[in-house]
Amino acid sequence: MQFSPEQMQGILGQWRNWIGGIAAQNKLANPGNRLGVEGAVIRKGGIVTDGPYAEIKEMLTGILVVRTETLEEAVELGKGCPIFSAGGSVEVRIVIPTTME
Amino acid sequence: METEEQLIPHLFRTEYSKIVAVLGRLFGFEHIETAEDIVSDTFMLAAETWGQKGLPANPAAWLYTVAKNKAKDHLKRNTIFNNKVAVTLQQNAAEAYETEIDLSGKNIADSQLQMMFAICNPIIPTEAQIGLSLRILCGFGIEEIADAFLTNKETINKRLFRAKEKLRHEHVKIEMPATVELNNRLDTVLTTLYLLFNEGYYSRSQNISLRKDLCLEAMRLTYLLTGNAVTVQPPVYALLALMCFHASRFEARTGQQGESILYGEQDTSLWDKELIARGQQYLNKASTGVQFTKYHVEAAIAFWHTQKVDSQQKWESILQLYNTLLILEYSPIAALNRTYALSKAINKESAIIEAEKLKLDDNHLYHCLLGYLYTDIDDGSALNHFEKALKLAKTKPDKKQIKLYIKQLAEHTAKTN
Repeated sequence: MQFSPEQMQGILGQWRNWIGGIAAQNKLANPGNRLGVEGAVIRKGGIVTDGPYAEIKEMLTGILVVRTETLEEAVELGKGCPIFSAGGSVEVRIVIPTTME
Repeated sequence: METEEQLIPHLFRTEYSKIVAVLGRLFGFEHIETAEDIVSDTFMLAAETWGQKGLPANPAAWLYTVAKNKAKDHLKRNTIFNNKVAVTLQQNAAEAYETEIDLSGKNIADSQLQMMFAICNPIIPTEAQIGLSLRILCGFGIEEIADAFLTNKETINKRLFRAKEKLRHEHVKIEMPATVELNNRLDTVLTTLYLLFNEGYYSRSQNISLRKDLCLEAMRLTYLLTGNAVTVQPPVYALLALMCFHASRFEARTGQQGESILYGEQDTSLWDKELIARGQQYLNKASTGVQFTKYHVEAAIAFWHTQKVDSQQKWESILQLYNTLLILEYSPIAALNRTYALSKAINKESAIIEAEKLKLDDNHLYHCLLGYLYTDIDDGSALNHFEKALKLAKTKPDKKQIKLYIKQLAEHTAKTN
C-alpha cells in the first residue's frame, strides 16, 4: 500500500495517539518496537529459512508492554490499536514476572 | 537610579554566591560554614560602613577585598590549630595560606560550576539539593527559601544542616566529576535546576518577585553550564530553551491581584519577545548531536506555546509532542496537558473520553480540566467537577481560581439558557 505524506502523518499520528493514550494513563511499561518485514526462521539442526512463516497469513508487526491490574484491562487498551483498520488483530499475553522472592 | 536599599539586596545576593563559591571550594564542605560566616561578616561590615560613609565607587571590589582579608586572617589564625589536627586538613590550609584568593571572573565561574556539581549530588534528597543551591549558589536567605517552599525557617535550617552533614560525612569534594561520571552527574544537576525553575514558575507562594528571581537564578545557573567546554551539551541548551520560553510569559501569567491568568486569556503583548528569540537560538543549538531528552520535547512544546496562532497544526504538534513526552516519562501534569491539547486538536467529546480514563480523581487540576471540557456539553457535570476541584484544592490562590471558574460557568450557563 502506498501512502501520501499526509496519510503517513495521519497513520503515524494514530499510532502515537494510541500509545500516548496508554502512557497518559500511566499503563505503559515498555513502548516496545515495531518489527520489520524481513526475518529468518531457525529450526532444529540449524536449518535456517527466510521468515516469517510463509504459511501463516498473520505476521507479528509489533510488540508493546502495558501494565494493568487485569487481563481485561489490557484487552480494553488493545481495542484502541490502529491495526484493525488495516485488517489486523491484537494478541494479548501476560508477561511472566522474573523477580526473585 | 537605584537607591541604596534597592541596590544592596541584589548586590549582596549576587556577590554572596560568587565569594562563597570561591571560599567554599578552598575550605571544602568540612568548613563550609566558615566560608559562609566570612561572607556574612563581610556584608555586615559593608552595611554598617556604607550606611555611614555611603556606597564605595566599586561596591563589588570592596566586598572582595574585605572578604579576602578576612579569609586570610582566618587561615593564619588557624594554621597552628590545623597543624595539630588532621593531617589531611594541613594540605588545604597550607595551600590556601600561600595561594592568593582568586576572585577573578574565571575562577568565580569555575568555582560556581564545581559547587553546583558538588551540591547537586544524588546522596542528598532533591529538596536539599535545591535548598542548598538556593543558599550557597544563589545567596538566598533562609526566610526566602522557606517562603519559596511554603514552609518555615526551622524546617529549612534542619534540611540544610543535614545535607551539609551528609556531604561532609561522605567526604564530597568540590570539584568537577571525572569524565566517566560526568554525564550521570550532569543529569542530576539538570534535574535540580529544572525543579528549581519549577519552584519559581509553579510555586504557590504569593511573593511574585521572589518566584521570578527563582526562575532567573535557575536560568543563570543553567547558562553557566554552557560556558564550560565539558558541560556544554545539547540537553543543557534544551533545558535553557525551555526555561526561556516559559519565562517569556511571566509578566502575562499573573494578574493585578496575584491571580494566575490562563494561557488562552493572556495579553500576548506582555510576552517577552527577546526571551522567545533567545529560546529559539538555544533550541537550535540543542538540536545538534544524538541526545534526545525530555527537555528537548518540553522545549519544543514550550516553543509552540510561544506562537500565538491558534491553528490545527499547532495543537496537533503539541498533542504528538505530549505523546512523545509521556512515552519517555509519565507525569500527571503531562497527561492532563495532553488531554487539553487533544481537545483543541480533535474535539472536546474525544478529550472527555480520554480524560475519564486518566482517573486522577484526587487531583484538583484533573477536575478543573474536566470542568472545562464539560462546559457547553454538560454544564451540570462541569459544575460537579469544579466543586470537587474546590474541595481538593489546598492553597488559597488555587481555591480563589476555582471559585472564579465556577462563577464564570454560572454566568455562561445563564447566558446560554
